[in-house]
Amino acid sequence: MTADTTTEPEPEDDVNGDGDDNDETQGHLARLSPGRIALYGGLLALVAAYLSPLYSGLTTAFKSQDAYRETSPLQPPIDGFTVDPWLTAASELAFAMLNSFALTIPAAVLSALFGSLAAYGLTKVDWRGQALVLVLFLAAVFIPYQAVLVPLRQFWSMVGLSQIHPRGELVELLITHVAYGIPICTILFRSYYQTLDGELIEAARLDGASLARIYRKIVLPLSIPMFAVTLIYQFTQIWNDFLFALVLLSNRANYVVTLELNALAGSMATDYSVQMAGAFIAALPTILVYILFGEQFAKGQTM
Amino acid sequence: MDSLRNSLRRLNPLSTATADAETGTGVGVEADADERGGLVDRLRRSDFVESMPFWLPPTALVLLFVYGAIAWNVVISFTGWSGLGQPDYTNFTLEMYRQMPADQDFIASLRNTVALLIAFTSASLVVGLGLALLVDRKIRFESTFRTIYLLPMALSFVVTAIFWSWMYADPDGLINTALHGIGLEALAYDWLGDPRFRLAAVIVALIWQFSGYCMIVYLAGLRSIPDDHYEAARIDGASTLKLYWRVIIPQLRSSTVGATVVLMVFALKAFDFIYVMFGTNPGRSVDILAVTMYREAFSASEWAYGAAIAVVLFALALTIIGPYAYTQYKRGAL
Repeated sequence: MTADTTTEPEPEDDVNGDGDDNDETQGHLARLSPGRIALYGGLLALVAAYLSPLYSGLTTAFKSQDAYRETSPLQPPIDGFTVDPWLTAASELAFAMLNSFALTIPAAVLSALFGSLAAYGLTKVDWRGQALVLVLFLAAVFIPYQAVLVPLRQFWSMVGLSQIHPRGELVELLITHVAYGIPICTILFRSYYQTLDGELIEAARLDGASLARIYRKIVLPLSIPMFAVTLIYQFTQIWNDFLFALVLLSNRANYVVTLELNALAGSMATDYSVQMAGAFIAALPTILVYILFGEQFAKGQTM
Repeated sequence: MDSLRNSLRRLNPLSTATADAETGTGVGVEADADERGGLVDRLRRSDFVESMPFWLPPTALVLLFVYGAIAWNVVISFTGWSGLGQPDYTNFTLEMYRQMPADQDFIASLRNTVALLIAFTSASLVVGLGLALLVDRKIRFESTFRTIYLLPMALSFVVTAIFWSWMYADPDGLINTALHGIGLEALAYDWLGDPRFRLAAVIVALIWQFSGYCMIVYLAGLRSIPDDHYEAARIDGASTLKLYWRVIIPQLRSSTVGATVVLMVFALKAFDFIYVMFGTNPGRSVDILAVTMYREAFSASEWAYGAAIAVVLFALALTIIGPYAYTQYKRGAL
């Protein structure tokens, strides 16, 4: 292929498009046209823009109080390098990280499981109301949670789990997250179950298998890729939630990491290095999940 | 009714087959379901019953927590409940809604909510489309670029609010340091302190967080356009710009609609970011309904007024979700 001076997409240029291309680097560089160079320049400038808040946070998190006041956030932490902000933030956030894990993992698993069961019940069997139920679920995905906060607080204060046990608030929050996670999980599983091959299930029905048996033996094993997508979606959502936790948790010992991070930022308003280190620590689990399961994350986001 | 039945059949390719399977007790069945209405109906009902353990518990939870709570919230908004104690469900009043037009804080936050909704949604779509078009040009390391642009979506708003309050800090933050560095001191404002810039500062940070989402929605749309559409346009001699404007972008309509609904609904409830940056009382320059509602109910214990503001928010969301859910339903996309 000859050098292309326009900015037309070059069909031979990384056709698989997944960036997984370690061959033919030499030849490729030789083919770069001015238009392609401008394209990559633009992409790299955008990378710098998108990473700049993380970059300024990271450099600052490694600087001592004096150093971050005197040097620009653009400067790497060479003078006055310290890991103290990380240690301070970690010791402040440790209990809240544990609370977040104890809340997020079971809530994500339960909402995914309920979503899968509901989607199966609404997809692979036929009755007329299912479309109405699905419309209700779809609308529930988008409802602003402000519209339920006051009743939610009333409801849980009437149930009074927090009076029974000091950890009761966390259980209330867990059940709340499961309930509000069901609609999106159902919609995600539903779109997947519609693509499943119906013949297998049909054949099993003809053999007289019950719906429960078909679910266990056929649908559940086939759902594993979708469970990955849904679990990652729910893990990220619940870990990152702030509003429900703010309304339902009053005992500091039960604070999840988003609440405790906000409290930390409030109490150390002038100490940006501890705030930045704390933000990274609080975000670490979701960043790891994102980096390890990027494809599934993107799938969950686009429904 | 007929179209409803058709769309239901489309929803459910197995419908006839399943019904037949039950009638036939396992032996070859070829009967037409429609000819045996009564029997099929009864069998459908039994299908309904058998599937209940699967969908009923989750549906009951959703009905209770989502729809029950919404209805309860509407009821509370009519009670005038405030302070300690319990709401009085015997006395209903429209007072909460009557006081809204005179409440300057409410008006300011309604205005900010609409401004945020429009500016944030349109800018995120434009930036996201731009990213998608760049990333779609058969570039190397595409997945790396995509991963970086989408990364902010994995972060909690609490985390991003903390990063951005440092970005915007005056005079030490990255933005103002950079402006000083390139000789544009005149533009280095106190972004979060100056009421003129607060809302814009929030919108920019939220665009940073959500444009990657728009990018992947648009990328999925772009990837579903058949290659021959590009080819045909090119054979017609269309320039690149025309190709995108006339051929590609019109085909991204459903991506745009889907992303717009998600962004708008998010904009209505963009509570976390503003609360973490500015607290419960961010001032009229950046107050939005989601924050006002929380402040009235949970800080001032004006429960009924908070509930009434929540009803307004819900109604706004409904004007966005309603048509979307309805068209999805009509198209049989559910």
